[in-house]
Amino acid sequence: MIVTQQAFRAALLDPAAPVPEGLTDPAGRPAGRRFDVYRNNVVASLAAALETGFPAVRALVGPDRFRALAIAHARARPPRTPLMMHAGADLPAFLEGAGLGSALADVARLELAVRESYHAADAAPIDPAALGRIPPDRLENLRLGVAPALRLVPSAHALVSRRQAALEGSAQGAEDRPETALVTRRGFDPVVTALAPSEGVFVTALARGDPLGAAVALAAAHDPVFIPAAALSALLAGGAITSLETESVP
Amino acid sequence: MLDSTRTCTLPDAPGVGFKACHFEAVTTAPGAVRWLEIHAENYLGDGGRPLAQLAALAERFPVSVHGVGLSVGAERGLDPDHLARVARLVDRLRPASFSEHLAWSTHDAAFLNDLLPLPYTEATLDRVCAHVDQVQTALNRPILLENPSTYLAFAESEMAETEFLREIAGRTGCGLLLDVNNVFVSATNLGTDPRAYLAAFPMERVGEIHLGGHDTQSDEHGAALLIDSHGREVADPVWTLYAEAIAAVGPRPTLIEWDTDVPDWATLAAEAARAEAILAQVPA
Repeated sequence: MIVTQQAFRAALLDPAAPVPEGLTDPAGRPAGRRFDVYRNNVVASLAAALETGFPAVRALVGPDRFRALAIAHARARPPRTPLMMHAGADLPAFLEGAGLGSALADVARLELAVRESYHAADAAPIDPAALGRIPPDRLENLRLGVAPALRLVPSAHALVSRRQAALEGSAQGAEDRPETALVTRRGFDPVVTALAPSEGVFVTALARGDPLGAAVALAAAHDPVFIPAAALSALLAGGAITSLETESVP
Repeated sequence: MLDSTRTCTLPDAPGVGFKACHFEAVTTAPGAVRWLEIHAENYLGDGGRPLAQLAALAERFPVSVHGVGLSVGAERGLDPDHLARVARLVDRLRPASFSEHLAWSTHDAAFLNDLLPLPYTEATLDRVCAHVDQVQTALNRPILLENPSTYLAFAESEMAETEFLREIAGRTGCGLLLDVNNVFVSATNLGTDPRAYLAAFPMERVGEIHLGGHDTQSDEHGAALLIDSHGREVADPVWTLYAEAIAAVGPRPTLIEWDTDVPDWATLAAEAARAEAILAQVPA
């Protein structure tokens, strides 16, 4: 009796499936609980990776319910990569599919973004004073190079305060509102900052290479009283600007 | 075929599996620890603290890179993207050793995050040898292949694990990583004699030894079922087997693996010191 890896895998991820014939104990009896060791190792290690990777989501849904969700996720959607740093890349969609709502899924997206930022390539930030030395007539067409560790997570919810409250174990006090989470990393530890949606539009435009003037215009279309100063300060403080390009657009 | 005498340049001394929480301690008070092992898959990001720590450690210690995700035993072939990523890490780091497992962990692109067992048949042997060749070509160096912990047997197996490993080493030129805890765990679980296993093991191919802790359970018939958990001290019978193995083969680079419920540095360093004391009794 040949046991294919296809059959092994199918039984591994389905606790109700019979243990494949051909797997035995030393006496030649069916492997039984011995096969369950592999079942448990796989599910427990994948669930543990999600527990480590999504501490705020875990706190928000409760440890027991999160464990059950993580085990269900491991069985339904085992990772597509051996890099556990990417574990749970599809957890936000899984949470939405499980009916847990977009607010929780957005917190999961933010936790993924923080982890991506942690592992992103290093890049030296500009001297913040350099921005102040750009002649005013060159600002309109100024383009910014941004750090690989920069991430943005737009949300219809107050995901930054929601995550923070979950990590601190405190009740979420602030009322819900749309927010874009900005993740920056100066050094090794990512920092999360809450941006207004218009600021999120602005930084998104800058990060894809739009000139400053165009990025401000996009944000202003979103919010007529938009002012870029706070978002630029957050980028500078987070070491997220790596170059300034003042050449005019051809 | 690559020359297995170049497989491993780790010192014949204790090392430990590196954990980020021990970074300060290992750099300031290494004690008996002379080298470090990392899991390749934890250092395949683009930057940040993990790679900075690794670069700093590599200046101080010989480093062994231990792959846990190449899935050398996979029926569906190796993942070329993952192999290329690992090769880039090895190219950059130039570690003293690279090792992987006689196991599989990937099927249909799904990564199962465990070291799953193989039947020891001619077909499996051909496949594993082809994959070891492929890895050694990509890394441009011989690798060490580790004996697994097993919990069950395949009715279809045609040869002993020691014979299977000897064939792989002979055909591919790879070296072997002898995990003495795995020997003890598998022998207990399969009702065989660990000393007979060691006597049959191709010791001349051993470039590195692993020691780790295991948990004790039992199966539904009341037979002992040991779990390779890497979550506690090395068990006394494993230390005894280790001493016997290196008395027979000579001192070898010896790793303490402790991957879950990671202890404080003093506890881990004490395990390394215990290995050092045993190594000191063996003539070089």
